[in-house]
Amino acid sequence: MSKLDAKIPEGPLAEKWSRYKATQKLVSPNNRKKLDIIVVGTGIAGAPVAASFAEMGYNVKAFCFQDSPRRAHSVAAQGGINAARNNKNDGDSAYRLFYDTIKGGDYRAREANVYRLAEVSASVIDQLTAQGVPFAREYGGTLANRTFGGVQVSRTNYAQGQTGQQVLLGGYSALKRQVGLGKVKMYARRQMLDIVIIDGKARGIVTRNLVTGEIERYAAHCVVLATGGYGTIYYLSTLAVQSNASAAMQAYRKGALFGNPSFIQIHPTCIPVLNEYQSKLTLMSESLRNDGRIWVPKKEGDKRKPKEIPDAERDYFLERRYPAFGNLVPRDVASRAAKERCDNGFGVGKTGLAVYLDFRDAVAKQGKKVIKNKYGNLFAMYEKITGDSPYETPMMIYPAGHYTMGGLWVDYNLQTTIPGLFAIGEANFSDHGANRLGANSLLQGAADGYFVAPYTVSNYLADEITTKVPSTDSPEFVEAENNAKVILEKFLNINGTKTATSFHKRLGNIMWTHAGMQRNEEGLKKALVEIDELKKEFWSDLKIPGKMDEINQELEKASRVADFIDLAKLIVTDALNRKESCGGHYREESRTEGGEAMRIDEEYSYVAAWEYQGDDKEPTLHKEELKFENVEVKVRSYK
Amino acid sequence: MKIKLNIWKQANAKAKGRFEKYELDGVDAEMSFLEMLDSLNEKLIKEGKEPVAFEHDCHEAICGCCSLYINGYPHGPGKEVATCQVHMRSFKDGETITVEPWRAKGFPVMKDLMVDRDAFDKIMAAGGFVSIDAGQAPDANSILVGKVDADKAFDAAACIGCGACVAACKNSSAMLFVAAKVSQLALLPQGKVEAKRRALSMVAKMDELGFGSCTNTGACEIECPKSIGIDFIAKLNREYLSASFSESE
Amino acid sequence: MTKFFTSSIGQKFFMSITGLFLMLFLIVHLTINSLLLFGDGTLFNQAANFMGSNPVMKVIEPILGLGFILHIIYAAYITLKNVKARPKGYKVTTKTKVSWASKNMFILGVLIFIFLVIHLANFFWKVKFGNIETIMVEGKEIHDLYALVAGLFKGWWWYNVIYIVGVIFLFLHLTHGFWSAFQTIGWDNEKWMPRLKVIGYIYSIIICGGFAFIPMYFLIKYVV
Repeated sequence: MSKLDAKIPEGPLAEKWSRYKATQKLVSPNNRKKLDIIVVGTGIAGAPVAASFAEMGYNVKAFCFQDSPRRAHSVAAQGGINAARNNKNDGDSAYRLFYDTIKGGDYRAREANVYRLAEVSASVIDQLTAQGVPFAREYGGTLANRTFGGVQVSRTNYAQGQTGQQVLLGGYSALKRQVGLGKVKMYARRQMLDIVIIDGKARGIVTRNLVTGEIERYAAHCVVLATGGYGTIYYLSTLAVQSNASAAMQAYRKGALFGNPSFIQIHPTCIPVLNEYQSKLTLMSESLRNDGRIWVPKKEGDKRKPKEIPDAERDYFLERRYPAFGNLVPRDVASRAAKERCDNGFGVGKTGLAVYLDFRDAVAKQGKKVIKNKYGNLFAMYEKITGDSPYETPMMIYPAGHYTMGGLWVDYNLQTTIPGLFAIGEANFSDHGANRLGANSLLQGAADGYFVAPYTVSNYLADEITTKVPSTDSPEFVEAENNAKVILEKFLNINGTKTATSFHKRLGNIMWTHAGMQRNEEGLKKALVEIDELKKEFWSDLKIPGKMDEINQELEKASRVADFIDLAKLIVTDALNRKESCGGHYREESRTEGGEAMRIDEEYSYVAAWEYQGDDKEPTLHKEELKFENVEVKVRSYK
Repeated sequence: MKIKLNIWKQANAKAKGRFEKYELDGVDAEMSFLEMLDSLNEKLIKEGKEPVAFEHDCHEAICGCCSLYINGYPHGPGKEVATCQVHMRSFKDGETITVEPWRAKGFPVMKDLMVDRDAFDKIMAAGGFVSIDAGQAPDANSILVGKVDADKAFDAAACIGCGACVAACKNSSAMLFVAAKVSQLALLPQGKVEAKRRALSMVAKMDELGFGSCTNTGACEIECPKSIGIDFIAKLNREYLSASFSESE
Repeated sequence: MTKFFTSSIGQKFFMSITGLFLMLFLIVHLTINSLLLFGDGTLFNQAANFMGSNPVMKVIEPILGLGFILHIIYAAYITLKNVKARPKGYKVTTKTKVSWASKNMFILGVLIFIFLVIHLANFFWKVKFGNIETIMVEGKEIHDLYALVAGLFKGWWWYNVIYIVGVIFLFLHLTHGFWSAFQTIGWDNEKWMPRLKVIGYIYSIIICGGFAFIPMYFLIKYVV
């Protein structure tokens, strides 16, 4: 287990981070300009970290595959960002946010990291506000807050239903400022193809220029991955269609361990699938559950219009099953409860795969104007897609793949098992355990970017002051480039009959069926077989038109799908290994009599970190035991 | 339903483009416009033809990737929409749909329907920020922002940077884009400190990059997916003029 | 400040300022002209001669001319630049519904300019350099401008048509120009925009209605 030293600082939980900061190694300002940092991904973690490094004086090269950092999918986060500020005088504190996050994560997250997240949360809001993020305000001018699922305090800051956009644009503007000042060199429209390791340390990356098709090499003193999550493994998810797992998979293949890959959050409130051509599912913010009530008809297969069904014949199943939290239970619980109702024939809509989210009572009590103020843009978006007005008739919602708690395994420094390779934001596994609390994703990305990685990466770089940036002509770079080229050429030369998207769709289907909201051994084993078959077919019957040295969107898709196929296997392997239910990972074999998820703490209270052994070999499992010294590990109950 | 498509094809930035005609059968009225294009591409690839390059990502009208000018409308028909929110139910069976890229000197075509909107990033880098480093921020509640100002700032901040304003404007003016950012930050106490410098440098950059000037037709606000109003352009003018008259640069 | 003159907003600022100045001039112009409708023309002649001879107006006249010239030069320059901002146009012309006038201010401007040339040749030129009959009013010999105006409107029906068409162009130009000028100098916001648009319409109706009424008045009075 020597591979997995989480390097958690000594001392009491609340003092770990301040002790770390007080004793860490520093790089003096005049040395910082000698050090280069590569940041891959410029979303809510990447943009801030690139900006912060530049503000400190480092030379930064930032990469994204989009045309601009402002397009990163963090932009689509709707509901909010948590901060333990106790704004509402309702008993909030760093400890409380820490506790809620640990509990929400079903006791599968690392205590020290989570506490640090809670500790810096207030500063994150301060920083964003200072950048001009227009958070909602009270009439008196102070921050307004709303409540989110899984907690009993009101600590979520928001900017209407576009919080992610505003928070991202805050980071983006900080990044652009540094670009203007010449401290960050921005490389947009670059797809990362590989990480270059020299003498055991991450020293650079190889990318494909998506405009010219050229393969380019970039060297630095360290590499920070902020490349987001892999929810698009399901093809249909709430993620942007180009979000991908490629950078994480490249790191994994180079020896970085992958933590808890099977921990994927299924979001309960998405617009259900409307047609077979659909390429993406639209999320309806969780904040809607503050005022909306979720129900299905009590009678199986009731085809009446929702308005015609009287209250007595409605089953508000979340309120019934979880009276303490009601409609605000955490996401995994809400998702499964909806699936349970639909599987038993109580679902609504054309496909029977939907439940109602009803605002009738909220509109009656608070008035249409207040509701419009809170959710106007979400209601408008829903109406645009479905043609129904949520003011008049209840929304129909169904769960969809959303966020990946799993990711590259990192220690307390956010460093992967490859020295000099860091992973921040959704790309790492660290803070959310088996289920992420609502409004914690923006927080984690921003916290890592503004207030964690700038310290921990400096701690690493302090030992690199005398190291020169390697030449991009060194054999390691040449080899990485050649390998990447070989793969790209392979895609172009298969010349089969099926498109990359068609493979992605089929992969998504396999994963949603067998490794989605509910998993069992039989299905998972079947998935392994199906994935293998799909992989074989992919590599023999793929068709990619066009050439390498031009804009070639199909080629981009192909390399993403190839990585997804490999990751799918890893996810299933992890899901098979973990025979307990916890958070978003629900094994049918492990449940209570009442059908609730059942953890098996004696056996699975660990992080499963997988080590790559070769393309067709089983990965090796490393376990990071989780110690809970500051919370009592309990059955997660929201009843 | 069946539709005819007339789509701009251009191999790369330097190539001369042309319109290419396609016919697509079995289009579902519930498909989004992007999904329709996806299915066209699937068909083209299977036929061994070159697919149509176009940009899209979030499908929630927030990333701003879409850059399609459809039948004379940036983003296609409908109010407050990005192309991902346009559904095929907005078109008639048998209709010919002409799809063009954004047209502006500031947004050169890269391939087919893809345009280079780097100019917006350059304008942002010229001043679309508050100069504050991580760690310098005061307590967020020490900066009081009235609800009305906060809401108004949000209205401006809702810009998704898609460039539909430029595409809609007969002058290819980027004023609405610049106005949104300048106004957002000028409305907030945190942004007021460097409001003048910001207005001057962002406008200078906008001019330098070849965008036209605003002649107040209002086409931009009609086509803006987030309905950002041209009252912000008045605010930008105000900010710019007062900065020009007061600051010795 | 040098940057200001070359910046897009700076140039637009001069368009607006000169436009607003010209709109003020139109008010004065119409006020004087409206005297044509009262009495036998003496009032108008007195006012017109006063405007033509008093020293203040001697100073304002070249400024007014400069206002016109700047407005026209800036318009041409900005329009040229704006055309260059879209080197390749769309195949399908825009369907975004905006006011016709707002899209065609330059064309309207050119048409108004043509009208202006005719107008100046017929009135201003003649007054300045032509031989105009004089009459005695209150013991002073002044130009009989009333006769000049009345003669034109009575004599040639097509001149009335040109005049009225010119005024229609001016009306369209003003409906957009009025609020647009305020917008450009920043004197506009969400609340005032609809108000300014309404005020602009009222202003345009009064000005252009007034100017159009005068030839019709002469037609009706003398011809019909």
